[in-house]
Amino acid sequence: MVENKGKSQKEKGKSQVKIEVKELNIWFGKVLALKSLNLEIQSNEILGVIGPASSGKTSFLRQLNRLNELEAGFRMEGEVLLDERDICRIKPEHLRKNIGMIFALPQVLPISIYDNVVYGVRMHDGKSKSELDAIVEDSLKASFLWDEVKDRLKEFATKLSGGQQQRLCISRTLAVRPEVILFDEPCSGLDPISTAKVEESMLRLKEQYTIVLVTNNTKQAARVADRTAFFLMGELIEIDKTHKIFTAPQDKRTEDYIQGRFG
Amino acid sequence: MKTTTKQKIAFSILFLCTIIVVLPVLFVLGVIIKNGAKGISWQFLTTMPSDGMRQGGIYPAIVGTLYLVSLSIVFSLPVGVMAAIYLNEYAKDNLLTRLIRLAIVNLAGVSSVVYGLFGLALFVTFMKFGVSILSGALTLAIMNLPVIITASREALASVPYSFREVSLSLGLSRWQTIRHSVLPFAIPGILTGAILSLARAAGETAPILFTVAAFYLPNLPVSVFDQAMALPYHLYIISTQIPNISIQTRYATAFVLVGIVFTMNIIAVILRSRLRKKKKW
Repeated sequence: MVENKGKSQKEKGKSQVKIEVKELNIWFGKVLALKSLNLEIQSNEILGVIGPASSGKTSFLRQLNRLNELEAGFRMEGEVLLDERDICRIKPEHLRKNIGMIFALPQVLPISIYDNVVYGVRMHDGKSKSELDAIVEDSLKASFLWDEVKDRLKEFATKLSGGQQQRLCISRTLAVRPEVILFDEPCSGLDPISTAKVEESMLRLKEQYTIVLVTNNTKQAARVADRTAFFLMGELIEIDKTHKIFTAPQDKRTEDYIQGRFG
Repeated sequence: MKTTTKQKIAFSILFLCTIIVVLPVLFVLGVIIKNGAKGISWQFLTTMPSDGMRQGGIYPAIVGTLYLVSLSIVFSLPVGVMAAIYLNEYAKDNLLTRLIRLAIVNLAGVSSVVYGLFGLALFVTFMKFGVSILSGALTLAIMNLPVIITASREALASVPYSFREVSLSLGLSRWQTIRHSVLPFAIPGILTGAILSLARAAGETAPILFTVAAFYLPNLPVSVFDQAMALPYHLYIISTQIPNISIQTRYATAFVLVGIVFTMNIIAVILRSRLRKKKKW
């Protein structure tokens, strides 16, 4: 009986739903930020989330790792399931270890590059110096930063350029070995070349991780996302394969937004 | 009137006001240095007073003040910093915490003689510590708490919120976040606030008046339950209670007191800029 249950869960794992959102409503004070949201995120896909300001896309993203609940006046209804487990029943520390996040501005801490990368891991479990060294190298390689910084790991991270800092943040998140990575407008402060590098690392990362990318730059979603969701005023208007959203959207509002008629 | 003329007048008034702030400080320092500097000698700093305090040095008063100040910071710094962490990082914004905040602001405004009477009632009489260094240090500690709490809260609040978000998003607990990504960056501000509050404690007379200060003691204190002499109270005595004492001795004592406070303030400034350089964002 128990085995059967395990099996059926495994099979569902194969059907590749990583995160399932059911009837999610979010309020901040009296403002309804997200209205009865239903969607699924598949394993190893990049889900792009686009929409104008105050469309609820960032509230959605910050719900997935439960950062919303730190805000005053936050209230929610509905469920978010990670591998079929309600995230509200998972300890926030454990959840956030599994669901990493990259913020809009590169949030490096004013410590060395090395210390930034190991910042999360070091706290989680006692790792030896050599293990940490290996994690630093692996994580920096995964975000294509290793070659640029390998000779100056002890230098202040704040000395790096904006694009390097953002890739450092990606390494720091990778170092705690999450399964899902949330990107919250990760390139909003970056030049096109740095943006390209971050996008390149995202495409590589999806082989191992599930990625949710909130972006103000619709073209970015078109470039990297497998599927794209369009949010407007706290509602999910449309979600589909990216090329469909950008070539044959079902909803007039999606079309208007993508063509730049508003937003 | 032309805009430029108006602007000139406005700036002149602002400049004058700034000068008015600085002048009294310079004047006080000038008078003290002019009259007191000659009285400073190694002997003055390191010998016991003699001849009814008309001769000899002020060694026991300096030692007493240093004892009081260091013991008071031992009590007030941990309590103040922890209260500040609670208020700034954990406490929800509700009626209770708002009341606590109001209480802290009001505590900072209570006059120091009230603290003195409070210390007399609580530590000296009720807790039976007697008139002692312990009672005096505790009284000074309570007087300093609001200053330390306010300074620490400001230091904590100046650490960018994003540091906390990054730390939490990596799966650290709230306490780990405070311990590793907030406190280290708030330390310069906290230390500065602590030292400035110490400087204030060193100069206060009223809180130690009933709780610790002795008119004259032939020996140095040997335990925290002994009375002690202290610089501000000593200065008060030799200025008002003892006739025929040379002006130079009075000003030299004032010079030492101001010197201690001044040194502490300078240490605070240097420490802050040193630590800021290390933890820059």
